[in-house]
Amino acid sequence: MSYLEIRNIYKIFGPHPQRALEMAMAGDDKDSILAKTGHTVGLSNVSLSVERGETFVVMGLSGSGKSTLIRHLNRLIDPTSGEVLFDGTDILSMSIPDLNTFRRAKLGMVFQRFGLLPHRTVLENVAYGLEIQRINRTIRHQRARNWITRVGLGGYEDSFPDQLSGGMQQRVGLARALTTDPEVLLMDEAFSALDPLIRADMQDELMALQTELHKTIVFITHDLDEALKLGDRIAILKDGMLVQVGRPEDIILSPVDDYVRAFTRDVNRSRVLRARSLMTPLSLPCGQAVDAIWPQVQSDMRLEDILPVALATNGSIAVMDQHEQPVGILTRQQVIDAISV
Amino acid sequence: MFPEELSLPLGKWVNRFVDWLVVNYGDGFSAFADSLLILLVWLEQILRGTPWWLVVLTLIAIGFHASRSWKIAAGLGIAMIAIGSLGLWDKAMQTLALMIVATSLSVAIGIPVGIVMALSNRLRAVMLPVLDTMQTMPSFVYLIPALMLFGLGKVPAILATVIYAAPPVMRLTDLGIRLVDREVLEASRSFGASRGQILWGVQLPLALPNIMAGINQTTMMAISMVVIASMIGARGLGEQVLIGIQRLDVGAGMEAGIAIVLLAVVFDRIGQSYGKRAQRSKPAGDGA
Ligand SMILES: Nc1ncnc2c1ncn2[C@@H]1O[C@H](COP(=O)(O)OP(=O)(O)O)[C@@H](O)[C@H]1O
Ligand SMILES: [Mg+2]
Repeated sequence: MSYLEIRNIYKIFGPHPQRALEMAMAGDDKDSILAKTGHTVGLSNVSLSVERGETFVVMGLSGSGKSTLIRHLNRLIDPTSGEVLFDGTDILSMSIPDLNTFRRAKLGMVFQRFGLLPHRTVLENVAYGLEIQRINRTIRHQRARNWITRVGLGGYEDSFPDQLSGGMQQRVGLARALTTDPEVLLMDEAFSALDPLIRADMQDELMALQTELHKTIVFITHDLDEALKLGDRIAILKDGMLVQVGRPEDIILSPVDDYVRAFTRDVNRSRVLRARSLMTPLSLPCGQAVDAIWPQVQSDMRLEDILPVALATNGSIAVMDQHEQPVGILTRQQVIDAISV
Repeated sequence: MFPEELSLPLGKWVNRFVDWLVVNYGDGFSAFADSLLILLVWLEQILRGTPWWLVVLTLIAIGFHASRSWKIAAGLGIAMIAIGSLGLWDKAMQTLALMIVATSLSVAIGIPVGIVMALSNRLRAVMLPVLDTMQTMPSFVYLIPALMLFGLGKVPAILATVIYAAPPVMRLTDLGIRLVDREVLEASRSFGASRGQILWGVQLPLALPNIMAGINQTTMMAISMVVIASMIGARGLGEQVLIGIQRLDVGAGMEAGIAIVLLAVVFDRIGQSYGKRAQRSKPAGDGA
């Protein structure tokens, strides 16, 4: 069983969801259900699993149900039908006090518009999760200061949120979520409100933190570049339905439909595609063996780094795994084709 | 002629209801009335017993604490002295005591009701039309049931004032809590905050500017009820206005009217200054 699991979730918004639910279960789409019942379909038959330590990205256009989905993981929203399992525990059957205990212990969340408490200082905001847990003041301030420094806000402890720039406010949001040392970090378009340069900084910082902390991260975005940069796996939502789940390369190389293809159109493929997803694996009976004089590349190398190697050779390239064993073969033509599609 | 069969004996029903209340709960009412009266008389004695300059200084101090401005604080002092120069100091202190008791009672009832309204859509749906009615009814209508339950005197005056003055603080507490940013609430919930932690730690602090505005409006309405309440035996400035009207002594009525306005200005300034402070509950000069 996976770490986080969502099974056949339906979420209908409105006062009398039953009929709309039946229609959604029968496979009707969001627009016709809205027209016939006046109810909005938030999610329709979504099942997902997230592994421990993974960065799982959920992507989709505005209104596709991303925020609704992530709020099921900490039960800020109850589904109309379906199951949510956290490490095997059914969180939908928890009582309110149990649910609060669970949220305190396991989860941190970062919000698009930061969700900071405007009447509290940076220090008090970052310490908020611990305050909720009734940790004593000295300890919570000490831990909060530690995280404030780690996200680069040392010296701003006594500022108020509206005295900080957007990027700095979101660092506060991130520090606040990390201060309780949660197992899972839920990030709902956490960087979408930031300027491109600051956004890239925050992405790098998150990745650096993640190599150290190994949290399980569920990250929502509507930006494919961000999804490809951060995600170990990516799920794509459309009108409340799941259209594709896969590794970044899977999404780029084999989009299941035009909706996904439209997302991938403007992507810089040479940054995303790696040797392992382009190569002809040695395990296939292609009748070829690796020649020792061929140039070599690592299987996780990006296309942009392979290109110079490919251009310098006329023949084949050997693809090696992390133990320096050959795992596949690339040709110059394969590399050039992959870039020029 | 409107057909007899369709007439609605509403007045009779109300009378019967009030009679029933008096018969069944009369003792409870009079116990309540007595404790309220004791409180009021005690406060009145303190205010009237305190030297005038001490009252003025206290109000100046409160004004300065609220506004951090000597100008405003001095203005309040001058207004109070002007009331004294009109020869109405003692009456003003009676009115002040009445107002303080009525406003405190309104706030003590109004804030919890406002909170419950914000948390329950159903109660809100019931309360809103009630509040609308309470505010649109001519205010002296409240005097009648208060009179029937408590007779003539200060207690019915206070209760009529409370009914008339409590709606704004209820409304604005409800509004303030409802206006709290949804994402901030979600953040709080996502960290496992209980309902109480959310209410005390997030909703009330963020609703505070609105609640203060509500308290201010409630205070103003309490002052405006003072004149009317004097019709059923509340003493003070209102009584003075009433006497002015009855004797056609325009001058005396006007003096009392001016004193009421001055008192209203004093409380308005103090209330607004506290409201502004609540709005920027952080160091000044940050430009935000
Ligand atoms: N509380 C709500 N009441 C009614 N409809 C809602 C509510 N929340 C979300 N929706 C609807 O559900 C759909 C999915 O919304 P959301 O999950 O916020 O999308 P996204 O985060 O992908 O932009 C949208 O059509 C939205 O209008
Ligand atoms: Mg969203």
